[in-house]
Amino acid sequence: MPFETASPVEMTWSTATDVADTVGRGEVSAVEVVERALARIDGLNPVLNAFTATTAARARARARAIDAAPNKAKMPLAGVPFAVKNLFDIEGLATVAGSKINRAHPPAQRDSPLIERLEAAGAVLVGALNMGEYAYDFTGENIHDGASRNPHDLARMTGGSSGGSGGAVAGGLVPLALGSDTNGSIRVPSSLCGIFGLKPTYGRLSRSRSFPFVASLDHLGPFARSVRDLAVSYDAMQGPDPDDPACAQRPAEPVTAQLDGGMQGLRVAVAGSYFRKGAFPEALEALERVAGALQAHDEVDIPQAHRARSAAYVITAAEGAALHLGRLKKQAHEFDPAVRDRLIAGAMVPASLVQKAQLFRRWYREHVLELFDHHDVILAPATPCTAPRIGQLTFTLDGVELPVRPNMGIYTQPISFIGLPVVTVPVPLQPLPIGVQIICAPWREDIALRAARAVEQMGVVTAPRPRLEATDRGCES
Amino acid sequence: MTVTKSLDEFIEAAAAALDLPLQAEWKDAVRANLEVTLKHAATVAEFDLPDTAEPAPVFKA
Repeated sequence: MPFETASPVEMTWSTATDVADTVGRGEVSAVEVVERALARIDGLNPVLNAFTATTAARARARARAIDAAPNKAKMPLAGVPFAVKNLFDIEGLATVAGSKINRAHPPAQRDSPLIERLEAAGAVLVGALNMGEYAYDFTGENIHDGASRNPHDLARMTGGSSGGSGGAVAGGLVPLALGSDTNGSIRVPSSLCGIFGLKPTYGRLSRSRSFPFVASLDHLGPFARSVRDLAVSYDAMQGPDPDDPACAQRPAEPVTAQLDGGMQGLRVAVAGSYFRKGAFPEALEALERVAGALQAHDEVDIPQAHRARSAAYVITAAEGAALHLGRLKKQAHEFDPAVRDRLIAGAMVPASLVQKAQLFRRWYREHVLELFDHHDVILAPATPCTAPRIGQLTFTLDGVELPVRPNMGIYTQPISFIGLPVVTVPVPLQPLPIGVQIICAPWREDIALRAARAVEQMGVVTAPRPRLEATDRGCES
Repeated sequence: MTVTKSLDEFIEAAAAALDLPLQAEWKDAVRANLEVTLKHAATVAEFDLPDTAEPAPVFKA
């Protein structure tokens, strides 16, 4: 809907591609879009705590440049405001990665390549987003910046570690955000905040000029309120990058044109056993709805998934600790104590056990990939439950009381462990949404997005709009 | 010697070897985290693999 006929509230919930189309047609200026986004951030961020910095001056300059560009109609993201987890380099800002320690770092000299590529497609960076310290987190809580808050219930977690990314998109502050996913940090907040998230194949999107966590598991990817927005932004970010040693030397494989290809010929299964154990009824209800819509009649056993989760846990502890060893020696008091104590423990894991995990990883990869000989898509819950309350320390999974912080990723860790691409789709249950993982073989993001689009078109998954109207009024002038 | 005591001693020795400033009030949480991680590691280690198995230190999809 063109903006001149849309109310300000409708504009708030527009998709990125709707914004780009409208800007491209000249029906609204990029400057106006960006001003409205900045006003909404000003109005709602004190409530949602999604942003840790805004980049208003550069956003306004960039928006003016878009408005003046003769080719703006050809820019797939013309005038689209977006924001990034604060572990992405933003020129002129220190890359804090959710920490206090990194605030002393010098400002980044150049944007992350993913920011550069989105801006080349017409998008406009408006700020940096809250996250769990050094990404070792599934809650979205941050001891230095405060917890990011779930737009569907402000007393509840966004999920982490890309908590601000989830809150910003679900709260309508921006239509598009970037985050990172080492063990589930895109998929968990997508699930708890009720939005779409794409964790591409390991090595697909460049991670250079972003602050790492676990080099052999780190992925970057987008959050959005529609599948098309995921696809368009993903296409804009694809392509090799020699500055990231793990980034694949393969050309971009655009997916947007095939998005509406439907489910014809795609074989869909549901992950059983481990991926049902411990799931709350709402996680199973969401899975059942998506499985029913996609006619997933088969159930597959992802072999040794519990061991894969354990191996990912061990590798994360050890590699994460290795990354931070110097800071632990010199600046231990400046960490979030919960992160510090996990990292110190990780530094003490014997190397022989870490190597065992890496040996198992290759075995597991070979056996899981065999499943894709018979199925194109595997469905699994994204999280065991809907958003817990902020500050909630434990929950009960399969009759065992466990800490929330490391266990929200029980269903995501066995998948990212071998780098499979996943689209998380939001099922709008009441009172809170919850996500389902659409998992495909390596490099088949096209299939995951097609399946996500199909189930979105059926109306089974959608990003539900939170009831933030009372706080909306003050910031939509 | 109890398992907890031996793990406490391991943590103290490892902290010294790694030159990590382990404060007394952090030890319970570090031990709890290490116990969980070692339990996960044992779950992996008990899975038999042939001597020819190759690791995946840098995973290529």
